[in-house]
Amino acid sequence: MPSSGGSPAAVEVADLVKRYPGSTTAAVDGLSFTVTPGEIFGLLGPNGAGKSTTVGILTTRLRASGGRALVGGVDVVGDPVAARAQLAVVPQHNNLDRALTPRQNLLYHAAYHGVGRAERNARADALLDRFGLSDRADKRIEAYSGGMAQRLMIARALIHEPAVLFLDEPTNGLDPQSRRLIWSRIREMRGRGVTVVLTTHQMSAAAALVDRVGIVDHGRLLTLDTPGNLIKGLAGRSILDLTVTPAARDEPDELLRALSEVPGVRKGERLAAAPPPGRGAANLRSGLGLGGGFGTGAPAAALTALARRERAVATLAPDPGGRQRVRIRLHLATDPAAVLGPALTILTTRSATLTDVHIAEPSLEDVFIGLTGRDLR
Amino acid sequence: MTDLDAPPAAAKNTTAAPARPRAHRVFLAILRRDLLVTGKELWVILVQVGLTPLFMLFVFVKVLGGQDIVAGNFADLFLPGIIALAALTTALQSVALPLVKEFGFTREIEDRLLAPLSTNLVAVGKLVVAMLRGLIAAALIYPLGALMVGSAPWQPGRLPMVLLTVLLGGWIGGGIGMTLATILPIQRINITFSLVVTPIIWTGCIHYPWPRLSSMPWFQTVTALNPMTYVSEGVRGAMLPGVAHLPAWVCLLVLTGVAAMVTVTSVRSFSRRAVQ
Repeated sequence: MPSSGGSPAAVEVADLVKRYPGSTTAAVDGLSFTVTPGEIFGLLGPNGAGKSTTVGILTTRLRASGGRALVGGVDVVGDPVAARAQLAVVPQHNNLDRALTPRQNLLYHAAYHGVGRAERNARADALLDRFGLSDRADKRIEAYSGGMAQRLMIARALIHEPAVLFLDEPTNGLDPQSRRLIWSRIREMRGRGVTVVLTTHQMSAAAALVDRVGIVDHGRLLTLDTPGNLIKGLAGRSILDLTVTPAARDEPDELLRALSEVPGVRKGERLAAAPPPGRGAANLRSGLGLGGGFGTGAPAAALTALARRERAVATLAPDPGGRQRVRIRLHLATDPAAVLGPALTILTTRSATLTDVHIAEPSLEDVFIGLTGRDLR
Repeated sequence: MTDLDAPPAAAKNTTAAPARPRAHRVFLAILRRDLLVTGKELWVILVQVGLTPLFMLFVFVKVLGGQDIVAGNFADLFLPGIIALAALTTALQSVALPLVKEFGFTREIEDRLLAPLSTNLVAVGKLVVAMLRGLIAAALIYPLGALMVGSAPWQPGRLPMVLLTVLLGGWIGGGIGMTLATILPIQRINITFSLVVTPIIWTGCIHYPWPRLSSMPWFQTVTALNPMTYVSEGVRGAMLPGVAHLPAWVCLLVLTGVAAMVTVTSVRSFSRRAVQ
């Protein structure tokens, strides 16, 4: 679903291949995607998946081994100089010019791109203000914190008004304040018609911000769609966890069977005994097997659900002493809300006491883990 | 050409996309940046280039000369060599050291590499700045050296030859520095620097006129392979026409040839390093 109408793509990548000398495998291995003008496009993938290499090729810093890459309609291999006039890049590392002041970093960058003196002075003032750097514009770069340096690099990238902006993990290692400012500035770029290609590991922020997302691994594109559609593809991957105390004469397994027969439940299972406080969430996360390879347990599992929306719906009653609590997990094929009602009815008719309910809904991170696996890189 | 020649759609496209600036404007902007940094670092250049040659002058002329260990007119022979040395080694260091840093860990150069300008021209800009730094160094060392030795040969009519030789020497120094900085792995820079720079200094006819080496043919041959020799001889010949020296045309011919060679190798290795 790339181009809209006849307008040329902002970024076009076709069968792109990059092999580093001495490496047996290709870092980018036949990658193809298109970004439409004005779009915010997310490129996600585990570390070493080929995202930064792809950005490196698109920004003319790396030479492609094969395939085609166009930015603003310009072939980055055939005419890198013209391509550079179209683009700007904010790299992962701080590459600010330390021999210059922050303001000079902006002014000289603008001059390299042919922006006239009066114009670049005005733009630099405006950008320093927008990125909250006005009062430290003439200090030494060395005195800048990571967040300030990152903001300055984004301001620098914007000063020559590029058609396409590449952001390589723009919020890595930043405090929440800087992160928010940066995400909100990226959101503003949409309004200005700037095409944005960004790589990130911040799934929830990406899901909220990008128009479409491509997930890559081992240099190949695994999927490409809107975050909404990708998450929808995992519908039926929700989980409903119930902690119940069955009636005295009721068998926990019978109860489980009854709950598993509720329409919309794919599978029911009993979990280990009731968790100590705080452990519930972690256990719930590790239970979401989404088709990926099963990795090294706890760390990978804990990573899984950073972005998962979890809500404790209700804690209905304290544990009545004596009888044993049972934790039941229902894997759902439908919206959790549609299952909760019938499940409660069953519990009521069987006189079971409900102590805790957890709902876990799939997120972009689950899509990501589902496609790229749980193995640590 | 009529108005009809320009299709309206194409015209619209060019206005929408950011205009590509003229190459000379980009080149000059990058040059201006380097000159600004050079201005800020003027005292660094002074220390970098000044100390070794001035100490050499002091020891050879004042200390050894004062005790009649070396002849009194040695100062005159030595000063042109020191000027030539300052030009070439300053250019070499002032391009090599920052490049190692900028390509290695700070990657500051990326912003300039991403300017809409051919990477080769970014490299050429570096050579131009290196050459100018070499010229500045030579211009600074001349009065300082003259002050130290108490006299200085002055041949205003030969100034263009001195200038030309110094500029070529600076260009060559810049080319050697850029080549080393862009082809060597970062951990071998230091050792290679010593391996390259030390022989350049000691076989470069800084302390002695080349024709006088005829008594040591093997060493004369070695010095003939060092471009530094032609810078020293060029400057010395212009400043001291009475002393036996290599003909100016030989110096200029060799230096031009070497300059062309190092331009090709340094620009090529810079571009290879810049776009991998």
